[in-house]
Amino acid sequence: MLKVEHLTKMFGGLAAVNDVSVEFETGKINAIIGPNGAGKSTFFNLISGMHEPTSGRILLDGEDVTKLPSDKVARLGVGRTFQTTNLFEQATVLDNLIVGHRLRTRSGLWDVLINSKRLQREEKSARDKAMEALEFVGLTHVAGQFIADITQEARKRVAFALALATDPKIVLLDEPAAGINPEETVGFAALMRKMVDEKGLTVCLIEHKMDMIMSLADKIMVLDHGEKIAEGTPEEVRNNPVVIEAYLGGDEDAAA
Amino acid sequence: MFKFASMLMTPAAKYLMLAFAVLFPLVAANEYQVYVMATAFVWAIAVYGLNIITGFCGQLNLAHGGFFAIGAYTLGLLTADFGWSFWPAFVAALVMTAVLGFLVGIVSLRLKEHYFAIFTLCVGFIIYLLIDKWEELTHGAIGVRDIAAPYGFGVVDFTDTTPFYYLVLAFLVFAIWFMGRLSKSLLGRTFIAIRNGDELAQSLGINLMRNKVLAFVLSTTYAGLAGALYAGMVRFIGPDEANIQHTFDMITYLLVGGIGTIMGPLLGTIGIVWITQSLQFLEEYRMIIFGPLLVLLVIFFPRGITGSFLTWMHRKSQALVPGKKREERKMNTVQPREAESNA
Amino acid sequence: MNLFFQQIINGLTLGSIYGLVALGLTLVYGILHIPNFAHGALYMVGAFMSYFFMVDLGAHYWVAMAGSAIVVALLAVLCERLVFHPLRHSPPIHDKIAAIGILLFLEAMVQMFWGSDFRRMSSPFTGILNFDGLIIPEQRLLIIAGAFVLVVALQLFLRKTMTGATIIAMAQSRDGAFLVGIDANRVAMMTFAISGVLAAFAATLYAPINLVYPAMGHLVIMKAFVIIILGGMGSIPGAIVGGMIIGFAEALGGFYISTSYKDIIAFGLLVLILSVRPQGLFAKGAH
Repeated sequence: MLKVEHLTKMFGGLAAVNDVSVEFETGKINAIIGPNGAGKSTFFNLISGMHEPTSGRILLDGEDVTKLPSDKVARLGVGRTFQTTNLFEQATVLDNLIVGHRLRTRSGLWDVLINSKRLQREEKSARDKAMEALEFVGLTHVAGQFIADITQEARKRVAFALALATDPKIVLLDEPAAGINPEETVGFAALMRKMVDEKGLTVCLIEHKMDMIMSLADKIMVLDHGEKIAEGTPEEVRNNPVVIEAYLGGDEDAAA
Repeated sequence: MFKFASMLMTPAAKYLMLAFAVLFPLVAANEYQVYVMATAFVWAIAVYGLNIITGFCGQLNLAHGGFFAIGAYTLGLLTADFGWSFWPAFVAALVMTAVLGFLVGIVSLRLKEHYFAIFTLCVGFIIYLLIDKWEELTHGAIGVRDIAAPYGFGVVDFTDTTPFYYLVLAFLVFAIWFMGRLSKSLLGRTFIAIRNGDELAQSLGINLMRNKVLAFVLSTTYAGLAGALYAGMVRFIGPDEANIQHTFDMITYLLVGGIGTIMGPLLGTIGIVWITQSLQFLEEYRMIIFGPLLVLLVIFFPRGITGSFLTWMHRKSQALVPGKKREERKMNTVQPREAESNA
Repeated sequence: MNLFFQQIINGLTLGSIYGLVALGLTLVYGILHIPNFAHGALYMVGAFMSYFFMVDLGAHYWVAMAGSAIVVALLAVLCERLVFHPLRHSPPIHDKIAAIGILLFLEAMVQMFWGSDFRRMSSPFTGILNFDGLIIPEQRLLIIAGAFVLVVALQLFLRKTMTGATIIAMAQSRDGAFLVGIDANRVAMMTFAISGVLAAFAATLYAPINLVYPAMGHLVIMKAFVIIILGGMGSIPGAIVGGMIIGFAEALGGFYISTSYKDIIAFGLLVLILSVRPQGLFAKGAH
């Protein structure tokens, strides 16, 4: 599904991501872990086209997307969430989500001027898509509330729904469980599992909450100082001495 | 109170406002009041343009007054010096501001936030300097006289204040109508997504450059439309039309009325224009009040009159649903703090 | 040849003033990430304060300069406390608009007290030095020397004192500064105070060879913005070098190309540079 070959990104003289090769299979939950500053977010930014890699290749279903800008990558089916999602606080949840399906529509300025059939049709489909995504993440009951008035957890779910409304094949989730309590974390793990099981999506997430990762992920990749130091099932990674060294030896808050 | 307030925002209220605008010349005490109202409408059109790029798209454009001046000068010079008649020159003014908007847009919109604001500040100043110094073309400080008034095809005489008022009103209604349609459309939502954040918008498959440039061109065309109407109304313009002060004025109108809202630009512009008119002593020193007002608005009411009102109404309507919702509300107030302490 | 050297002196004079104003602007930007559009108004208030102390109170030039620096520093701190501090978590567009609000207010206030007339402010240094045909007015020499002393003093302050070190630390990493327990509020106020002092000094130095009027800050602040974009927003050496580049470009351009368009040179340069390099001339690569 997503194949990364020898991916490297240099900032100035420093390699934020260094020669990383990895493959993520369809319908699996893949986790990326590693100490702070290990290059996890940069890795996501490279895949989603936010940064252009210094060298290496990224293949999505066999298609080379290495040099594509992020909006094109999104259109090819890579959805993502951020650690913090800025939404329009004084607009309803539903209103914030409708734009999620924009990339599958074509209406332009002229359609707005004449209120064309195409615009009406596309706006309906975008609205339906938003409702569908909202239902999937279990937020139908707050559809009419302002973003400013919903809980932190609900905001995170809205961010998920926004990514889902783009009709992705793979979703990149950047610390989806940061800043929420343990109970809610369980709910998010279930939601990610549901994305794989019901929608057949491929999930790729960065996370610090180890207990969640260990029970959820099908496969884990460990980054340290921009390099891949281990890869495998949770069991394999947990017992890998290199990983233990990286976490205990580093200046990392691995306790999480 | 709530019922009364919510009536204000219904479609019926908008028709009432329109009816008032149509009848205004009949109830106005004198022609001067009609003239002031027409001026306010012209500025409101320009403020709607600023609302597209700054309110919806989130890019603070400080060259907006410059594009207003370009619209005015294009019409003024074409009719006064090149012998064009009004309407062709009017169309030319729109095309000119759109094309220049496109050119400035493709350069300036590659810059983010602060850089964009500073860059457009400089562009606005270059426009002012060019108008002031390029005497062969613009007559410099002398200004442009004898600008043609719109001809009414033998039906109306737009050199009279009242017919001109209706002309401006017609354009204003169109401007607001388009803004309303835009804001609800997928295109308007795309602009708002860009305001929420470049990265987020891109991750939703939105082409930043194309949409920002489109919003910018729309905004400069609005400014050009207002500028052209202004030139046709006052018939005499000078370099001062490009003064940065006008941009600051428009930002004030926009913020007071409600940035990113549909009725905000109109309410803000009309409100402030009339307040300044009725308090003549304010004219020169109005910024002693409006300067701090801007600061207070962005600190306490960043969405202005209209935005704060809409928010209040929405909350009210949510609160009116009994039982379940209220409970959620209570939870909401606790939740964010918990989340913070967890992080 | 002498004419050429004359322009060099002019360039140095202009560059010194621009550099001082840009320094304050870049310090504030580096630490708080606010493009302070009101900085030009602080500069203008600085000139009027000196004018007030000298003309109305009969103070000596140096005393007036010191008094003006104190007033403007306090004013800058007040702006930080009352306006920018409450807005520190707002969307970036808000503090820009607030800065514009401050600018409009200060201009209107000054205009109310002193009117919008152009005023002349003379300094005790009216002599003209003649070096073998090369004519240098004392005031210009004072400007160049003054700017040099101020830049050196600022460097010493930033490098050798604890407060200076915290300012630099915070400019480099806001989050890091919080971690090591730097009092962010104190640093922010300090930075605004310094930017105010520099603006007041620049205005008082420049006013005797220029005029004093409420709109005098407009051009200067816009050029200062051009300078800090050229030199990299937040960079101290960048502000000085950028100031000199613009100063010389104007002096030479105004002399050899056209006086009436000399003010456009800086902006034209900016448009040109940003068109080719959106991140500025000396800015480091994106991170």
